[in-house]
Amino acid sequence: MESLTLTDVEQKYYSDLFVYCDTDNTKKVASNGKVLDLFRAAQLPSEVVLQITELCGATRLGHFGRSQFYIALKLIAVAQSGLPLRVESLNSVKDLPLPRFVVAKNEQEARHTAMYPDLENQGPYQGVIPRPPGRGQVKKVSAHEVIQPCVPTVEPQPDTTSPVVSPHQSPPTSPHAWRKHKRQASGGNVERPPVVVAGAVWTPFREVQSGPVVVGDGMWSAHSPPPVQESWVSLKDTYPPSSSKMPPMHLSPVQVENSSIRTVASITTANEIQRQSSSGYDDPWKITDEQRQYYINQFKTIQPDLNGFIPGSAAKEFFTKSKLPILELSHIWELSDFDKDGALTLDEFCAAFHLVVARKNGYDLPEKLPESLMPKLIDLDDSAEVPDQAPDVGYSGSPVEVTPNKSPMPSLNQTWPDLNQGNEQWETFSERSSSSQTLTQFDSNIAPADPDTAIVHPVPIRMTPSKIHMQEMELKRTGSDHTHPTSPLMAKPPELSEETKLATSMKILMFFTKGDGYSSSDSYTSDQDPITSVVTRQRSNSGTSPEGLKVAAAPPPPPPRPNASHSRSSSLDMNRNFAAHPTGPQQSGVVACPPAIPPRPLPTQTSGPHSGHRSDEGLAAHSTTSPQQIPEQPNFADFSQFQAFAASDQPSDDGEKHPESLPVRAGPLRTVKIDNQEERAAATVNSAKGSIMAPPPKPVRRRLKSEDELQDEALPPKSNVIATVLATLPSIPRSVGKDKKAIQASIRRNKETNTVLARLNSELQQQLKDLLEERISLEVQLEQLRPFSHL
Amino acid sequence: MAVCIAVIAKENYPLYIRSVPIQNELKFHYTVHTSLDVVEEKISAVGKAMADQRELYLGLLYPTEDYKVYGCVTNSKVKFVIVADSSNTSLRDNEIRSMFRKLHNSFTDVMCNPFYNPGDTIQSKAFDSMVSAMMVQAS
Repeated sequence: MESLTLTDVEQKYYSDLFVYCDTDNTKKVASNGKVLDLFRAAQLPSEVVLQITELCGATRLGHFGRSQFYIALKLIAVAQSGLPLRVESLNSVKDLPLPRFVVAKNEQEARHTAMYPDLENQGPYQGVIPRPPGRGQVKKVSAHEVIQPCVPTVEPQPDTTSPVVSPHQSPPTSPHAWRKHKRQASGGNVERPPVVVAGAVWTPFREVQSGPVVVGDGMWSAHSPPPVQESWVSLKDTYPPSSSKMPPMHLSPVQVENSSIRTVASITTANEIQRQSSSGYDDPWKITDEQRQYYINQFKTIQPDLNGFIPGSAAKEFFTKSKLPILELSHIWELSDFDKDGALTLDEFCAAFHLVVARKNGYDLPEKLPESLMPKLIDLDDSAEVPDQAPDVGYSGSPVEVTPNKSPMPSLNQTWPDLNQGNEQWETFSERSSSSQTLTQFDSNIAPADPDTAIVHPVPIRMTPSKIHMQEMELKRTGSDHTHPTSPLMAKPPELSEETKLATSMKILMFFTKGDGYSSSDSYTSDQDPITSVVTRQRSNSGTSPEGLKVAAAPPPPPPRPNASHSRSSSLDMNRNFAAHPTGPQQSGVVACPPAIPPRPLPTQTSGPHSGHRSDEGLAAHSTTSPQQIPEQPNFADFSQFQAFAASDQPSDDGEKHPESLPVRAGPLRTVKIDNQEERAAATVNSAKGSIMAPPPKPVRRRLKSEDELQDEALPPKSNVIATVLATLPSIPRSVGKDKKAIQASIRRNKETNTVLARLNSELQQQLKDLLEERISLEVQLEQLRPFSHL
Repeated sequence: MAVCIAVIAKENYPLYIRSVPIQNELKFHYTVHTSLDVVEEKISAVGKAMADQRELYLGLLYPTEDYKVYGCVTNSKVKFVIVADSSNTSLRDNEIRSMFRKLHNSFTDVMCNPFYNPGDTIQSKAFDSMVSAMMVQAS
């Protein structure tokens, strides 16, 4: 369709009409029924209506779009003015009066009376401001008095617009009044069209009035008067605040004839209100789109950022220009500053502006902010369709430059992104935290590469080569410990139980001896920690072992023993040796050397304690125990692994071990030999024959037994001494399996035995001398006695 | 509860006085005026530690035969005085505190209004309504 140029008045009018017809609230299409009703109300012949519809293109489209509707309205106006219907007449006809529509009876109930005051006659505001109903107090007096003074033309007819204009109602009651009232097409009640000239709108109505009055009257008189009357009166009656009830309706008959001619402008406004009311709340405070656009423009002059604030001072200056009393402005501020922050957002500003406008137009300020004015999402619905016709505001003066002094308080549509962002931030933070957790998990994963080390408590160790080795041994041992679970141990609980005491005693001794073997305190800690770890492992592994002893054994660090040569040099090997030994209670055989080659007397001595310290029999059972020793040795080793380990170590370390173990082994062997020798010596002394070294043990023993009468008293203590010495020997070597400690223990033992044997030797030497002297004396006596025999 | 509520400015002139029994208004005005002395005394008592230890809520300023006077002062030396009827149920301290809190909040709202000049009498309807609510409780 061809472009349609409408004046402002027409634009507003048509938009209102469209809104009225837009019962479906589509804002795009006017319902055909409504449109047709409207056209019928235009008092035009039906063929004209058809022609109009064709011209506007509705028949082509099948529905009334906004443009079609406007064109149709224009054509109606053309037709009503008597001009021929032509398409070109749309734009050519100037000063075309607005189309008028006569209200049909069936629409009366659906309409509210439009009580818009004559906006154009008031104030400087020329914006398209819907006239909220009523101003000031309700007056039951004839509407004339309430009429705006600038509508004197209406005065002569006491009816025409005065009833329409007059019923200014206080805003709080207005919603009710609106709702209850029946919309009447009030003649001359042109509240909607924005008027530039005061009373300009009235004139067309005047003209119109005169014209179809007759027609309208006829129509009206038929059915309209009573409801019209009612509506009029109802408006009046609702002046008192008790507007909740439907006021009685009566109408002065004077108003009838003029009420017959009602422009649909009132209908449209009423329809708009009706629409609003149909939405649930009859809201005269609603800001129309034009108004909102206007407000927004004003907002921009103060605050370019639509999302920003207008601080209180700027707003104060701005609104002071409206020349309202400060008190009212203060009240308006209180109402509009929703969040009480001393600044106005766009919504708040629009609400305040709207209130100012309303107040300027004579409406009382509500006690509390109307719902429609509450700050909400900035939603310009029909702004695109309705061109911005907002004229300049009446304020003079330059707008105040204002900069927002605080971050914009989020309106509804802004809070969500903020919240979402916040949520995202929270989410990211949580992700970060989780990632940090993963990091920590990762770190923890690094550590237990060797599961054994994870279990072992951290060992503060000063890193020396020995300790590195020790750690390696420790790791290996722990690894071996854990790779081979306590099954061997579990398999040997009886043995453990049998030998726990021994083991603990051995351990204690081992601890002490081991402690002796170390010169430096570092080594102590390093050794101790493995020991403690060993202890702990033992504790964990074998529950049967008495923990008290272990606990007692673990904490006290044994005093350092100056054995530098052995401690350091031998530490490597001995550590390995000791490390090779299992953590379980170990027999003496395992102590000083790989379990494969235990010293001989030790098992004898161990069997001795086993059997109740029968050292003699132990000696006698030397040969017997020795074979037993060997099969027992594997039992002594807690883990075959260690034996294997030790065996594996043996070939590598045998070369080193042997010179050390041999002396160790040799020690006990030597001691044994020494014992044997001493026994033999004792035996020979007893025998008085003087052959000390030669005889074999058995004959020696026989001799001992046979010729023991004389020196049984002497010898048994010595043999007992020897036996005790030998008895102590097995008790000592039964160790946890540390080479160092075993070696040192054996060394100490050997020294002790040496001293003992040395003493014994000296005594025996002394005895020998005595015996020799006796022999000499006896031979002298013999020779003295012999000459007598030979004589 | 509250029969009279008064807001006194820093310079000790009233910004807002409202009492419920209209007839005895003058008496309440006098009471409030005298209570100012007590308030001054209380807020000047903690002279050394200014605003640190000073309790904003002053509590019962002084009781008379008919009523009790409570006071509260803001950091800007604006004083709130509530005259409560003794014959009524003895008000708990918490209730008085909440009343003062509401008063304070409404007062800040009034202050936020750019159209309100500090020092003017408070003519805010919101403030009035709030005070009325508090006083209607009483009667």
